[in-house]
Amino acid sequence: MSVTAVRGGSGVEGIGSLLRRPPGWLLGVAVLALWIAAWAGLRGNDTLALPGLGRTGLHDWFTGLKGDLIDSRESNVLMQVTGVLADLLASIGGWLQELVAQPAFPRPVPQVGWLGVIAVAAWLSHAIAGWRITLLVVASFLSFGLLGLWEDSLDTLIVTFFAVGIALAIGLPLAVWMATSKTVTTLLTPVLDVLQTVPAFIYLLPLTLFFGIGLPAAVAATFLYALAPVVRIAAHGIRSVAASTLEATDSLGQTGRQRLLQVQLPMAKKTIIVGINQTVMAALSMATIAAFVDGPGLGQPVLRALSAQQVGTAFVAGFCIVIMAVMLDRTTTAASVRAETVARAGGRDVRRHRIVLAVSGAAALVLVYLSRTYLWAAEFPDTDLGSSVAAAVQSGADWVTSTFDVVTSGVKNQVTALLLNPLQDLLANSPWWLAAVAIAAFALVLGGVRGCLTAGVCLAGIYLTDLWNDSMVTLTMVLVATLLVMVLAVVLGVWMARRPSVDTVLRPVLDAGQTMPPFVYLIPALLLFGPTRFTAIVAAVIYAAPVAIKLVADGIKGVSPTTVEAATAAGSTPWQVITRVQLPMARGGLVLAANQGLLFVLSMTVIGGLVGAGALGYDSVLGFSQGEFFGKGIAAGAAIVFLGIMLDRVTRRAAERTGAGVH
Amino acid sequence: MKRPIKRTPALAAAAVGALLVLSACGGGDIEQSGSDSGAGGDDSQAAECGDVNMAVNPWVGYQASAYVVGELAASEFGCTVEYRDLKEEVSWAGFSSGDVDVVIEDWGHPDLEKQYFAKSGDGSAEDFGPNGNQGVIGWYVPPWLAKEHPDITDWENLNQYAEDFATSESGGQGQFLGSDPSYVQFDEAIVKNLDLNFKVVFSGSEAASIAAFKKAEENKEWLIGYFYEPQWFMSEVPLVKVDLPPYDPGCQEPASAADCDYPVTELKKIVSTEWADSGSPAVEVVKNFEWTNEDQNAVAAMISSDGMAPEDAAMQWIEDNPDKVEGWMPS
Repeated sequence: MSVTAVRGGSGVEGIGSLLRRPPGWLLGVAVLALWIAAWAGLRGNDTLALPGLGRTGLHDWFTGLKGDLIDSRESNVLMQVTGVLADLLASIGGWLQELVAQPAFPRPVPQVGWLGVIAVAAWLSHAIAGWRITLLVVASFLSFGLLGLWEDSLDTLIVTFFAVGIALAIGLPLAVWMATSKTVTTLLTPVLDVLQTVPAFIYLLPLTLFFGIGLPAAVAATFLYALAPVVRIAAHGIRSVAASTLEATDSLGQTGRQRLLQVQLPMAKKTIIVGINQTVMAALSMATIAAFVDGPGLGQPVLRALSAQQVGTAFVAGFCIVIMAVMLDRTTTAASVRAETVARAGGRDVRRHRIVLAVSGAAALVLVYLSRTYLWAAEFPDTDLGSSVAAAVQSGADWVTSTFDVVTSGVKNQVTALLLNPLQDLLANSPWWLAAVAIAAFALVLGGVRGCLTAGVCLAGIYLTDLWNDSMVTLTMVLVATLLVMVLAVVLGVWMARRPSVDTVLRPVLDAGQTMPPFVYLIPALLLFGPTRFTAIVAAVIYAAPVAIKLVADGIKGVSPTTVEAATAAGSTPWQVITRVQLPMARGGLVLAANQGLLFVLSMTVIGGLVGAGALGYDSVLGFSQGEFFGKGIAAGAAIVFLGIMLDRVTRRAAERTGAGVH
Repeated sequence: MKRPIKRTPALAAAAVGALLVLSACGGGDIEQSGSDSGAGGDDSQAAECGDVNMAVNPWVGYQASAYVVGELAASEFGCTVEYRDLKEEVSWAGFSSGDVDVVIEDWGHPDLEKQYFAKSGDGSAEDFGPNGNQGVIGWYVPPWLAKEHPDITDWENLNQYAEDFATSESGGQGQFLGSDPSYVQFDEAIVKNLDLNFKVVFSGSEAASIAAFKKAEENKEWLIGYFYEPQWFMSEVPLVKVDLPPYDPGCQEPASAADCDYPVTELKKIVSTEWADSGSPAVEVVKNFEWTNEDQNAVAAMISSDGMAPEDAAMQWIEDNPDKVEGWMPS
């Protein structure tokens, strides 16, 4: 599979369609009409708006907790334990850095130089994924060096592998436990929800109190974010091993242990590797965020370039992250495919394979030795490639921003006036109780009683954070951005599904959009649109659209070709085939795309706060930036979690109710 | 069936083992070249100075100060300087945990001082005096606007232009662009207390504010917002300050009653108490360090406009200004 992160856990579970029963949308229109009527009379009352720098007693109470935590540093057992852990992480991480990335004193270079690192990486990738992947891996590593970011790239790899290693060591047993116990599932699911939806900015500061700064804090933050995908997806894989298979093997008298190790885990292997793949991708997406607490790696040049407005320089570092993501994605994917084909092929060629590995392993060791001995093999030669790429990108970006900014301002003003402002007016300027009732009513129409109950709980939670108004403003932006994402997803997804050549061209672009750190394209977006809510929406669409497009394309490709042929033979035009056959039959994929689009857009809330969107994103950054507002940041984080759970559950219930599965 | 797969981890383990063995026996010529090209300064001094953990807050002017002091300590006394990229709040927490020794440019954080100074907090940090830079915070407009409407630099005329400042974000009122949430801002209160028909919209980051002013000057757009000196961007687009009612002590107390300009801030150095007592020669350098806004802007411009690495920009300034540097040396 390609780079498709699955969040909110819904990705792999069956999801159906929303729009089957006409009464549903009729009810929706009725709710909307009633809402607008009530809003017209009550507009502006009880909106619970809080000034940008306002805070409440609850927020100050949270802030007090942080103060207490700092004061208790000497006596707090948990902090002592994490302190020891942090020292351990720092020394292992420091050792790894000196091994491959940073000068190992008194040597002016790491223990193993670039040639040795590439040789070992090539050998490993050949062993687990085959020679095609080896070419990709070697090319990727060479480009890190050629772009002048060898050290930072390896630092990022170290943090990523370190965090992923811990995530797997903890996550896989958790997944097994979750798959075998309903109680554990019930208890863990909300924890995983929180880990995946709470913005990293919220926990970065507390994390530094426990883990200090630098590599340990970076590893801890990355681990927290990367844990959930592997637990969810692996548990799902284990759980979906067919009941009939289990019954059959149970009847042979196996023990529970045998059942797990010899039946469930091997049969779920492919799904588990998908989970690992997603965990690696999630870990990599933290590279820039980790740099906010001095985490080593590629995030540092990105953030520094940002403060000096050097778009080109930021792009080069961001591009290395994209290369790394594609490299790791393709490698883990190929490894899972290979594991299957080798298993199927049986014992053939095993001997030859082993001889090849032994010989190439010896060659790799010779190169490692060279890279320890000779400076040319240790230190990547300086090239101007990085700075020329940066200069080219900079001038390209300058040209685009100075040429198109008049047009883009117009687009921004139109979308804001026609879509964003009216919706925000309705959501945020309604009295809070009216908006709450209306949202709960929509949840009832879409998701039934259970959807409505979840929404009710989440809305109550949002109310309790004292950030109701900001939450409604954020919700508005999320809805508008998701709408744009879905328009793009349907148009490009259909195009990709019908034309393989389009698919081939677009996929790498989508991968880049999804893995390029948003900090890289914030400056051009700001120069085009200014610090506005619309800029935040643009950034969110760039990040969220690729996932949705891929899901729609895959959904449409999944429509049986015979059905399409039959429709064509019956004289349907291409337009009729798309609108009457392909799109309706790919409903499952569309709903899944909407669900993932919502969650990906929501996860960009904090980035939006950095470019003028205000609301919960701004509150989160404020909490991270200023001590006295720490508690407001925590409250904003909680509100984002409630919004995320509400949007995820309601769309999922809606899907289940209409019963159209994806698979 | 599964033998070839099992084989792979075993081979990998063997390879890693061999790699470790190889790592143990040192290489030839690199070891020697290592002692030649190590950090400057002789060994006795290196032992004396030890580590300096320099916080680097995320703006270019700060980088300029941090790298000039850091590179000086490294080249003169062989200190091992670790530059740690952090925001202010996290930097201060670093005093307490021992991760940070020096904050070279502090714009005034009463709440953090309360938490970390000896008087009322845990005593992990102390004030090391002014660094010579004067922070001028205030309301600024792009130069084209000040030129075309000279009266705009008086706050009393702002309301008559409020409509021109309206944007898609300001809901009909004039937009006042608030800044990065790291900075202390009273603009919401000032707007309210001076009865200005403006709405404060927060840019959310320094990068966003700079981009907004850059765009405003290029396209002759109307913009007014929070900005400050020293700041490298001023040499690219010299923003013009708007006069608010002059500051006098107490006019921002309490914050909700603020109705005046921001005071000129003496930027100062904050260090970890433990490090200050360490006897490292770098302590004296930090204590003595003092320079002007022009000095800082010169280094910051090398970093941001010329794209130099901060280390190189700092070393160049040090070489060009021996007399100033001499004054910071321990007596």
